[in-house]
Amino acid sequence: MATKTVIKKTAKKATKKVVKKAECKTKAVKKAVESSVRSVRAMTITEKLLAAHAGLKEVTPGQLINAKVDIALGNDITAPIAIREFKKIGAKKVFDRKKVVLVPDHFTPNKDIASATQCKILRDFAKEQKLTHYYDGGDVGVEHALLPEQGVVGPGDLVIGADSHTCTYGALGAFATGVGSTDLAAAMISGEVWFKVPETIKIVFKGKLNKWVSGKDLILHTIGDLGVDGALYKAMEFTGPVIDKLSMDSRLSLCNMAIEAGGKSGIVVPDATTKKYVKGRFERKAVYYTSDKDAEYSEVREYDCSKLEPQVAMPHLPENTVNVSKVGRVNLDQVVIGSCTNGRMEDMAVTAKVLKGKKVAKGTRLIIIPATPEIYNESMKKGYFDTFTKAGAIISPPTCGPCLGGHMGILAAGEVALATTNRNFLGRMGHVKSELYLSNPAVAAASAIKGRIVHPKVIK
Amino acid sequence: MKAKGKAWKFGADVDTDRIIPARYLNTSDPKELAKYCMEDADDKFAKGVKKGDVIVAGKNFGCGSSREHAPIAIKASGVSCVIAKSFARIFYRNSFNMGLPILECAEAVNGIKKGDVLEVDMGKGEIYNVTKKKRYQANPVPPFMQELVGAGGLMRWIKKRGFVK
Repeated sequence: MATKTVIKKTAKKATKKVVKKAECKTKAVKKAVESSVRSVRAMTITEKLLAAHAGLKEVTPGQLINAKVDIALGNDITAPIAIREFKKIGAKKVFDRKKVVLVPDHFTPNKDIASATQCKILRDFAKEQKLTHYYDGGDVGVEHALLPEQGVVGPGDLVIGADSHTCTYGALGAFATGVGSTDLAAAMISGEVWFKVPETIKIVFKGKLNKWVSGKDLILHTIGDLGVDGALYKAMEFTGPVIDKLSMDSRLSLCNMAIEAGGKSGIVVPDATTKKYVKGRFERKAVYYTSDKDAEYSEVREYDCSKLEPQVAMPHLPENTVNVSKVGRVNLDQVVIGSCTNGRMEDMAVTAKVLKGKKVAKGTRLIIIPATPEIYNESMKKGYFDTFTKAGAIISPPTCGPCLGGHMGILAAGEVALATTNRNFLGRMGHVKSELYLSNPAVAAASAIKGRIVHPKVIK
Repeated sequence: MKAKGKAWKFGADVDTDRIIPARYLNTSDPKELAKYCMEDADDKFAKGVKKGDVIVAGKNFGCGSSREHAPIAIKASGVSCVIAKSFARIFYRNSFNMGLPILECAEAVNGIKKGDVLEVDMGKGEIYNVTKKKRYQANPVPPFMQELVGAGGLMRWIKKRGFVK
């Protein structure tokens, strides 16, 4: 696939501005219409979103702002520290009980006493603060699959999450980024967060996607080209004819991994697909921003996708991507299909399509993790579970589980796995001497059948 | 803020899973986390590290997860500061927010070897390699980050701005 760097210009140097206290209330932000924000400087969608949430007419890359958050998210790993900081400073109430969201999804169902204790901290806090968006028991799903699906986040939002894959929501036309626990604590109190306005890299996908190629392959290829810090501190704006035709599930996978290129956020300008997805789902009023035609980008990269094969990231970094046909012989002890990257309905459907009437290879374990209760139910209704179990796969309840080496499928020393997750860092899924490859669900399902990494086209 | 200690050297792209593997994230107790700090990068680190020691690493240090357990574990292990060629975004934010001093200085990273004794003035960004008798100046800390440090971290800064009654 040809890579072309079209423009390379450095955005204007940051003028060091003192952080201004945001002057507008969130309600006013929501009323902000495109025209009122436009007037001064041509801006990218990311700059417009940040300006609106900071109560400013315009922002420039490098500028420091205080922005109002629409949703502040934490999970069972990061929220306990945030809650500890919240209490330690003497705070009594969260800024808005409808805007602080807690999802204990990483080590749930509680894998041990220590994890159970962490989850209890969230449960008690949610009860004490009367949070409207706390998910427990059978309501828990993998946070970045759950929040868009349940309409908790949507177009025009500014979302921070104490989880690096919060950037997923950019697929909806929101500015969403991962932060740490202290940032979450501060936002839970103030409803604000400080940001340095990022420069934007525009990534244009041209041509037409081949069979078995999905949003996951677009982002793996992009990370392979940019490197794991190629978009450091920057926003990534995905556009082009391929994006126009891309499903929302694939867009969510794409934006999910912006962080793996070091990006602050990933975003797709909302279109008819976005509007259709959020209709009847998003619980607040959507605000649709676009990028101005003459907006400034730090860099524009174009990819011709016509020859793009499914991608595989080799151990131990997501940037080690190659065409699946170039992987060579890699025998697999385990295959995992799930996570906030690829545990959605489209992923379950393609997995079922590949697995239909087939058996998982002897000596290979296949673990399938539908990301949310809704996806779980829907997969069951569609008969996918029947296909999965007949193939010899294990179906897990929704959880992050093995993706981060938590539980539900940990690797021993010397074991090799292929996963549809987002990181293949050393020891990510278990023992430091295990090996992890990343791919899309079609490649993962086909590879589970063969017991080694293969292109899905070999399954007849 | 000044510190003196030995250098522990690491390569590029040290991710947060190597700083503190997820298998230990079922607690947020700093002392407990410190026991496993850098375990998957150097399993001798946690037992060998002394108060004041310095982590010296290549580009993109702290990439990956948003887990604040990473800077918490490093700080609780006794490390006085981290010097790297560059830092991943969330790790950079987290370090300032919770008070782990970090310095960017590619030249120092290239010049420092494992075990070199270093004197670091975190406020001024001055790094002195006592073993090699060589001085380095780290990239200046942006004014706003200095303001955060001056306030005593993000939570105190939030309090100062009147958000906690």
